[in-house]
Amino acid sequence: MSENRGAAVRYESVQKSYDGENLVVKDLNLDIARGEFLTMLGPSGSGKTTCLMMLAGFEPATHGEIFLNDRPINNVPPHKRGIGMVFQNYALFPHMSVAENLAFPLQVRGMDKSEQQAKVKRALEMVELGTFGSRRPAQLSGGQQQRVAVARALVFDPELVLMDEPLGALDKQLREQMQYEIKHIHDNLGVTIVYVTHDQTEALTMSDRVAVFNDGVIQQLSSPDALYESPQNSFVAQFIGENNKLNGRVTAVDGSECVVEVPGGISLKADAVNISGVGSKTTLSLRPERVELQPEKEMDNMIDGKVEELIYLGDHIRVRMNVAGNREFVVKVRNRGERRQIAEGDTVKIGWAASDCKALDAVA
Amino acid sequence: MSSTSTDHMDAPSDGIMRAADGTPLKKSLARALRREKLRSFLLILPLLAFIILSFLMPIADMLFRSVENGIVKETIPQTVALLKTWDPTTGEAPGEEVFAAFHEDFVKAYKDKSHTRLGLRLNYDEPGMSGLFRKTGRKVAKMEPPYKDAFIKVDKDWGKVETWAVIKRASPVLTDGYFLSALDAKRTSNGIEMLPEKERIYLFLFKRTMILSIVITVSCLLLGYPIAYLLANLPLRTSNMLMILVLLPFWTSLLVRTSAWKVLLQQQGVINDFLVWIGVIDDANRLIMINNQTGTIIAMTHILLPFMILPLFSVMKTISPSYVRAAKSLGANDWTAFWRVYFPQSVPGIGAGAILVFILSIGYYITPELVGGTSGIFISNRIAYHISTSLNWGLAAALGTILLALVMLLFYVYDKIVGIDNVKLG
Repeated sequence: MSENRGAAVRYESVQKSYDGENLVVKDLNLDIARGEFLTMLGPSGSGKTTCLMMLAGFEPATHGEIFLNDRPINNVPPHKRGIGMVFQNYALFPHMSVAENLAFPLQVRGMDKSEQQAKVKRALEMVELGTFGSRRPAQLSGGQQQRVAVARALVFDPELVLMDEPLGALDKQLREQMQYEIKHIHDNLGVTIVYVTHDQTEALTMSDRVAVFNDGVIQQLSSPDALYESPQNSFVAQFIGENNKLNGRVTAVDGSECVVEVPGGISLKADAVNISGVGSKTTLSLRPERVELQPEKEMDNMIDGKVEELIYLGDHIRVRMNVAGNREFVVKVRNRGERRQIAEGDTVKIGWAASDCKALDAVA
Repeated sequence: MSSTSTDHMDAPSDGIMRAADGTPLKKSLARALRREKLRSFLLILPLLAFIILSFLMPIADMLFRSVENGIVKETIPQTVALLKTWDPTTGEAPGEEVFAAFHEDFVKAYKDKSHTRLGLRLNYDEPGMSGLFRKTGRKVAKMEPPYKDAFIKVDKDWGKVETWAVIKRASPVLTDGYFLSALDAKRTSNGIEMLPEKERIYLFLFKRTMILSIVITVSCLLLGYPIAYLLANLPLRTSNMLMILVLLPFWTSLLVRTSAWKVLLQQQGVINDFLVWIGVIDDANRLIMINNQTGTIIAMTHILLPFMILPLFSVMKTISPSYVRAAKSLGANDWTAFWRVYFPQSVPGIGAGAILVFILSIGYYITPELVGGTSGIFISNRIAYHISTSLNWGLAAALGTILLALVMLLFYVYDKIVGIDNVKLG
């Protein structure tokens, strides 16, 4: 484990079961670097929140060890871990004012009054709520409560801050604004943040790295762009962004490229990412914006598709097509101002580069 | 759009908002809601009538009975009229004129036997009056004038100033006598005086009722709080099971539960037997836990416990576990997290439970009657005694009125300190 020394957080073959029959987290190994913004992303029930709660100390690990700054913390109670945490519904103490909420972690640490006040003031200014100290949480808007929750998690200068779907209760506009604010705070303070969300936009916008969870296993751990550009399996391809899938069978493999036959007897070239060899089943994954409608020049893959539906969305037009038996095949066409001569029912040519088409594990 | 409709939309010059047809908006709204209001009123009407008949009217009647005193004036009207001019401070009994009127009144009263009731009433003010009236009643028909001597011949008390002073003091239609008795005082010729120390009973009982109710409330809180906490934090299936156990006492008769305590607590009872058997106490020194205050406290705590647990539970159920988690993540240990974060949020439940248990116990009757003996009875037992045994309804009413006032006063104080808005029952 010497190569992992210096990680802020390390999960070492951690398992978790609530009922003794099913594993919610299956053999988790994860290193989180100091100062990193790591997001645990996944659908509900994927084990991401459980991982966070084990790190915070509210759930014991069934097996394995969690290290905080190379110190095992399985037997350290939550209040001695010194980890800041922002909860889903903020968990601001309703019977205390905003300033009392912020002073709470300082009081229990026995800090003297004047120092407490200075720190509370600084924390409030950091989240631009300098004049709100005497208010009760119930008198604040959702966005303001959110900021207080962030300030409270940071006021005692923890090195690690955990955030459990902190923006879930906010409306879309506020959520986007808070994403940037949290990101800025992270950049300014250099704290390590572990962030849990089921919102992929949030994950892609804010994180240094994203761990995609499903079924208690990290499906892929990489930077946001790698996650989108080169998904390692079908789940990640489906979960992150929009995705067209074509089921087929591998007929040839040539280095990193392969040929896949899809229904209708069509052969397509694809990037061989996650296949088990010639003859195996595979699912092709293709981003809608990477497909060219009526391409002007020759492309790696050129096939016919029937236009089923046109949806005008302002900056782009969604074209739903029937391609190789898949009636949910979507092409996004950028709105460049020129009138396209396509109509529902037309059969048109579409094409895409082999490198944009990933051959992944087969899904039903 | 026609111009007239827009005219109505604008606030007119007189500042009253008007509906489209020109009637003021408020009036229009009231008319529109009238049917609805009438309907709601009709829906509650049966209950309202029931409450007025069975709750408000008896209370009003009780309040009135505590000062009502028509009996003296009704039974001996002429005497009461003549006594108005008699001054007891002269030290002389009233003259023949009064005695003649009294004789006439008395003969009439004797015919319908109301003289004994009057005697009983005056007996509250001066012991001995009842006997005096009954004794006189038997001979009043055969009396010959002069009546003063005739009455004194029957009993020389009729010649005493004090006897007549008592009658004169009791003549007004309204009296404060019952309230004075309820507060261990009485009106004498020298004004209001407290009874001798050893005859005082009601103030002592009020005090005991208060103290025991506080003890019961506190022990309900101490026993109920952890249970409510457990119920609120267990998984739903388990907590439902345990909740049934909490509610179980409600399905058992109050008398059965109280009698069960008699079986358990008596000196030859289960608990004493067990303690003797394991050798904690010896056979000669069995604990006396029933027919005293201990019995009242134990049995009433048991009976009122659900009234503490239920409000506590419903409030605790709303306290999200993330508060305590947040406190711990901020560095608070288990106790600090509980005391600074959880407990303050459960105070509304404590308030609701405490006030419920206290008010219930302050007026409790059956349990203290059965297990309280003499040292464990409450003021309500005394009220019941005056209602059903001594038949002094006026005094019972005065005691009840004081109890009611006391509860309302406490309620007011409670509202000032805790705030009634803070009380949550669910």
